[in-house]
Amino acid sequence: MTTYAPSLPAGRVSLKGLLRSEWTKLRTVRSTMWTLGATVLIGVAASAIAMALTRAHWTTESAAARAAFDPVEVSLVGAYLGGALLLGVLGILVISGEYATGTIRATLAAEPRRPMVLAAKVLVFGAVSLIIAEVTSFASFLLGQAFLTSPARHATLSSPGALRAVAGTGLFLCVVGLLALGIAAVVRHTAGAIGAYVFVMLVLPVIVSGLPSSLGNQIARFLPLSIGGVMADDSVPHAFGPWSEFAFLCGYAVLALALGAVLLVRRDA
Amino acid sequence: MIEAQHLTKRYGEKTAVDDLSFTVRPGIVTGFLGPNGSGKSTTMRMIMGLDHPTGGQVTVNGRPYHDLRWPLREVGALLEAKAIHPGRPAWAHLWMLAQTNDIPRSRVDEVIAMVGLEPATRQRAGKFSLGMGQRLGIAAALLGDPGVLIFDEPANGLDPDGIRWVRLLLRRLASAGRTVFVSSHLMSEMALTADEVIIIGRGRFLAQQTIAEITAQSTARFVRVRSPQLELVRSALDSRGADTTLEEDGSLSVRGIDEAAIGEIAARQGLVLHELAPQTASLEEVFMELTNNELEYSGNTGTEGKQP
Repeated sequence: MTTYAPSLPAGRVSLKGLLRSEWTKLRTVRSTMWTLGATVLIGVAASAIAMALTRAHWTTESAAARAAFDPVEVSLVGAYLGGALLLGVLGILVISGEYATGTIRATLAAEPRRPMVLAAKVLVFGAVSLIIAEVTSFASFLLGQAFLTSPARHATLSSPGALRAVAGTGLFLCVVGLLALGIAAVVRHTAGAIGAYVFVMLVLPVIVSGLPSSLGNQIARFLPLSIGGVMADDSVPHAFGPWSEFAFLCGYAVLALALGAVLLVRRDA
Repeated sequence: MIEAQHLTKRYGEKTAVDDLSFTVRPGIVTGFLGPNGSGKSTTMRMIMGLDHPTGGQVTVNGRPYHDLRWPLREVGALLEAKAIHPGRPAWAHLWMLAQTNDIPRSRVDEVIAMVGLEPATRQRAGKFSLGMGQRLGIAAALLGDPGVLIFDEPANGLDPDGIRWVRLLLRRLASAGRTVFVSSHLMSEMALTADEVIIIGRGRFLAQQTIAEITAQSTARFVRVRSPQLELVRSALDSRGADTTLEEDGSLSVRGIDEAAIGEIAARQGLVLHELAPQTASLEEVFMELTNNELEYSGNTGTEGKQP
């Protein structure tokens, strides 16, 4: 009897093949396109509406309100809140969607070196979310400013801190998406991961805001959502400054992903 | 070739797979038989490196799954029906798997044709029937044209035509020299598909036999005898050491002596027989006997010397 032995190519499964596979996975599911489209749309629409209303009420606002108006920050609020929610959910689905459908077992059978699989997901989702987040952020800013015609005060990319705020908001969104992906690698279930992510992003800030302000301010600057706020507006009191805060956020994402990688290797799929 | 040595999997207190050792050889279809919940799927997941064994080890082509360089080109598996993202078209599911192992796009179209899913290529998997999902899973297993194939209950959800198609596919794969390992809880299906079966119960190894050996075991369990002179026949047989039982329907069940001997005894004494019929146990009954022994044994754990 002859035994069939397939002729195997040299080498072995590479990161390149895994990256192509993850990209195919991401683009062949409708929810991805809907989520990415909604991210851009919500950011841009929120900015346009806020700025159009601001312009319409400009002459009736008090001088103090006009002085406090920050055209950079207001144009980015929709981008960073909507984006944090939508890109976070998409980041979660990149992992939890595979567990929910059982695809994870096909994925890990195709490449049993699990950290490589997670790395491919991080790189592909990271790149896609960074592009979409930056597009959202820049489009929201530019469209919003276009509504702020004279006499309303508007900003340009060359205004002090504006470029950092706009590009930084995109970076923030990409990294919270990766934080969400890391949480999903730990939690695995979609509902559980979204719950944990929303708790960290939205519930914690509310709890902290109820604390005595001396304590609350100390804690708030470490929270991911506040970090996003500081990226868009560096005049926030008690903050460490945008890039230091951004470094914290990257640290959280790395911790979540590292824990996710350890658990992915240890647990049964 | 798949080799398991002392493979064990415990979930807390519960032992799903208990010190299982076996070898699955190339060139034949090897059935993996056991009642539902006997540890077949867990064993298959351990072969695939998806579940970590608590003890022992299992290798494919001499290596742990984790060390395979091109896993999909060496092992193809159908582990569960419809483990596919419902929003992803069939071709995309196969293409994303193919890309990991540098398998060309043309092969995706080939396996789709092999399983007869061409009309549904662009359909999202969520719209698939269980049978179509099963065919897509089989296509995924064949994607890398591997030498080792593992199928967990492949007939599930298929219509009779589909079951026949799977049976022929498995036999063709094996006759081309591949290792084919297929689980089922139905002995009758295995009798048609497999050359050899590994039988487990409660996670324990019970037997590894060829279908021919099992068929031999299942023949001539007892002989049914009817006669107008039944009492005379019975005493004649009893005196020759046979074990006879009078059944409610008026027939006599005779064990320990075959139909030829019974006929000769009757003829020598001038007794009339109306029926002389060897009764064979079905393969299913042999299987039930094997696994029931295991259940009994399991109920008595802690008692020494009860091992079958």
